[in-house]
Amino acid sequence: MRQPTLPHVLRPKWHTALQRLREERSRGGSGKLLILTVVGLTFWGAVFGVLYRTLGYFSRVEDLGPYLGGKLLGLMLLSFMTILILSNIITALSSFFLAKDLDLLVSAPVDGLRLYLAKLLETLVHSSWMVALMAVPTLSAYGVVYHGGPLFALWVPVTIAPLLVLPAVLGYAVTLTLVNVFPARRTRDLLSIVALGAAGVLILLFRLVRPEQLARPEGFRNLLDFITVLRTPTSPFLPSEWAADAIMGFLQGRIDPLPVALLWTTAGAFVTLGALLHQALFAHGFTRAQEGAERFVRGVVWRATVGTLLRPLPVARREFVLKDIKLFFRDTTQWSQLILLAVLVVVYLFNIKALPLFQGERVPFFYVTLVSFLNLGLSGFVLASIAARFIFPAVSLEGRQMWLLRSSPLDLRALLWSKYWVGTVPLLGLALMLTGLTNLLLRASPFMVLVSLVTITALTLAISAMALGFGALYPQFETENAAQIPTSFGGLLFMMATVVLLAVVIVILAGPVYAYLRAAQAGDAVAVDGTMITAFALAAAVCATATVVPLRVGLRRMEQFEF
Amino acid sequence: MIRLENLTKLYGSFVAVDDLTLHVPRGALYGFLGPNGAGKTTTLRMIAGILRPSQGRVLIGGDDVQAAPLAAKQRLGFIPDRPFVYEKLTGVEFLRFVAGLYGQEGELVERRIAELLEVFELTSWKDELLEAYSHGMRQKLIISSALIHRPECIVVDEPMVGLDPKGARLLKDILGEFVRRGGTVLMSTHTLEVAEAMCDRVAIIQHGRIVAQGTIAELRTQTAAGSASLEELFLRLTGGTVGRELAAVLGEEPPA
Repeated sequence: MRQPTLPHVLRPKWHTALQRLREERSRGGSGKLLILTVVGLTFWGAVFGVLYRTLGYFSRVEDLGPYLGGKLLGLMLLSFMTILILSNIITALSSFFLAKDLDLLVSAPVDGLRLYLAKLLETLVHSSWMVALMAVPTLSAYGVVYHGGPLFALWVPVTIAPLLVLPAVLGYAVTLTLVNVFPARRTRDLLSIVALGAAGVLILLFRLVRPEQLARPEGFRNLLDFITVLRTPTSPFLPSEWAADAIMGFLQGRIDPLPVALLWTTAGAFVTLGALLHQALFAHGFTRAQEGAERFVRGVVWRATVGTLLRPLPVARREFVLKDIKLFFRDTTQWSQLILLAVLVVVYLFNIKALPLFQGERVPFFYVTLVSFLNLGLSGFVLASIAARFIFPAVSLEGRQMWLLRSSPLDLRALLWSKYWVGTVPLLGLALMLTGLTNLLLRASPFMVLVSLVTITALTLAISAMALGFGALYPQFETENAAQIPTSFGGLLFMMATVVLLAVVIVILAGPVYAYLRAAQAGDAVAVDGTMITAFALAAAVCATATVVPLRVGLRRMEQFEF
Repeated sequence: MIRLENLTKLYGSFVAVDDLTLHVPRGALYGFLGPNGAGKTTTLRMIAGILRPSQGRVLIGGDDVQAAPLAAKQRLGFIPDRPFVYEKLTGVEFLRFVAGLYGQEGELVERRIAELLEVFELTSWKDELLEAYSHGMRQKLIISSALIHRPECIVVDEPMVGLDPKGARLLKDILGEFVRRGGTVLMSTHTLEVAEAMCDRVAIIQHGRIVAQGTIAELRTQTAAGSASLEELFLRLTGGTVGRELAAVLGEEPPA
C-alpha cells in the first residue's frame, strides 16, 4: 500500500497554523502586528545590544578575547540545549501521547516511521521556536563583533539545526520510557514538577554563586589557571561544544568540518535510534496513555477549612471560590508553578540583600530611601508577571464550561468578584511580604515603610483587576494549557499597561518622597503639606481608576461572550 | 412556558436562525427536529441564555431571558450536546457547585445529590475526578445537574448521544415523568423513533426556519403523507432522500 508522504501527514498542522495567523491578522488588524513587531524588535535589540557590548569588551582583551567569546557561546548553547531537553520532554508527551489527532493517525494505515517523524518534527517546532528566536540576536552579535560576513548567516543554521534535533529525540526518548512505566496523565504531573523543580534549582544555584563577583579583579587569584580553564573545552562529548567550535572556528577564519560532521552524524544516529525505540515502545506506551489517572478525591479538607471560612458569603460565590481553589491545587501543571514563584521570591530578596549599600561607615540614607522607593516599581513588575500567569487566564479557563455558567442564574458580577478575590488575596499577601521584607532588609525609615506598604496594596488591587479585565477582553477559550495563555497578545498588552501604571504612580509619588528626603537630610520634620496630600490622593485615584475601569470593561465584555 | 418571538441569529452575513417563532406550552414534551446545521443548537443556546439573539426574544415562564436573565434561568435546566465539565472536580462536588449556582445548599441539596447519583448509577463514582468519567457518565452527570434545582422546564440538546440503552431508557422515563408532573421539555434530537414515541408535538426546522410544526398526525395531514413514519415525513419536509446513490457511495458489492 502506498504510504502518505510526510508533508501530507503534517498538512493539518501547518494549515491550522496558517489559518490561525490569518484569523489573528483579521482580528487584531495592523495595530496588533505593529505592537508585536515593536516589542519583538525591542527585545531582540536589547539582547543584541548587551551581547554586542560584552563581546566588544572581550575582543579588546588581548589573547584571551576569542577564548572568552567561545566559552560564553559554549555556555549559552549548553543552556539552550538544557532548556530544549526539558521543553521537548513535556512537549513530546502532548504531541505523541495526548494530542487530539492521534486517534485518527493511529487508526489510519500510516506506518510507524512516518508517524514518528511527523510527531518528532511537531515536537521540535513547538519546543524550539522560542530558543531559535533567541539565537538570532545572540548569534548576530557574534557575527557582527567577529566580522563573520554574509556567509556566517548560512553557516549558523547548518550548525544549529542538528543542535535542535538532538534534544527533540532525547526528550521523546525520555517521555516514551516514562509513559511505558506510568500512565500519561500521571507522567505529565510528574514531569511538570520535575521540570519546574529543576529550573528552580538551576536559577537558585546560578544566583547563589553570585556570578557578579567574577567581574571583580580580586576574584582572579591565578591568571594562568584561569587561561588554562578557558582553553580546555567543557567536555569534548557535548554537542553544544561542537557547535560552539564550529561557529568560533568560522569566525576566526578556520573552517573545520569535523564539528559540523559530528553534529550531523550524531543527529542522524539519534533520529535512527529514536525510530527504533519508537517501533519497540510506542504501541504499548500509547495504550497506557489512554488510562486515566484514577484518583479518588474526597475534598473534605477544603470544605472544612476554606468552606467554613467563606460561610458568610452567599452560596453561589462561596461555591465558586471553593471550586477555583480546588481546581488550582488539583492541577499539577498549575500549582507546580508555585515552585518557580518561590524561587523568584528568594532570588529577589537575595538580590536586595546582596546590594552593596552597607559597606561604608556612613549610613546610606539616601540610597536606602531611593532603593526602597524604586523597589515599588520592581516588585510591582514582579506582581504583574505573577498576575499574568495566574489571574490573566482565569476567564479563559472557564471557556468550555461557560455553557453552565451562562445557562444558570449566576450573576456575572459574582463570577468576576470570585475570580478577583481568589487571585487578589494571595497576590496581596505576597506583595506585602515582598515589600515588608525588602524594607526590613534595607532598614528603611518608618515613613518609607508606610508609603511602600500602602502604595503596593493599591497597586496590587489595580494590577489584579487589570489582569482580570484584560483576560476577559482577550480570552483564549481554545487553549487548554493555562501556561500558554499569558503569552498571548492580550497578555502582552496587559504587561505593557501595567508598566505604564507603575511608571505613572512612581512619577506621582516621586515628589513627596523627594520632599521627605530633603527634609530628613536637613534634619527637619516631614512637612505634610497640600502638595504632598495632593500627590498621594492623585496616586490613590489612579490606582482606584485602574481597579474599577478594567473590572467594568471586563464585565461588559463577558456579558457579550457567545459560545 | 417557552415562547420564542421572531428569534433571529446572524453570524456575520450568515443567518443561522431566521425569524423563528415557537410556543411550547406548559406540560408539553416538544421535539425540535432538523437536519445538521439547521439551527437547532443555536436556538437552544439562545433559549438557555448562552447566545444573544440578533433580533427577537425568548420568554421562559413570562420572563425575558435577556431582560430578566436571573429569573428566567432559575426556571430552566439546560442539557448541552457536548458534556464539558470541570475535569478536576468530583461528581459530588460538581453537583454541589451547580446547586450553588442556583442558590441552593444544605441538607436538602445533599439528599437530592445522593438520589440523583443513585438513579443514574454514579454513586460508586461520586468521589472520582470527572477526568476519569466516560462520555456517557459525563452526560448522565450533566442531566443530573440540570435536574438538581428542580426546574420548571428543561431544554435538552441531543440527549441520547453517548448514553447506553439503559441510560437512554432512564432518560426517556425521567423526561416522561417530568412532563407528567407538569414540567415542560424542549428536546432536539436526531433519533426520530424517540421523537415519535415521546413527543406530544414536534417542530421541524431547516435553514433556521420552522418548516412544519404540530402533532405527528397534524404533520401527516399537512404533507398528505397518509400513514408515513416520522422519518419519511422528516425527509419529505427537509428535502432528503433515502438511499440516494448508495451504490455509488459504498462501491461495488464485495465478492462472496
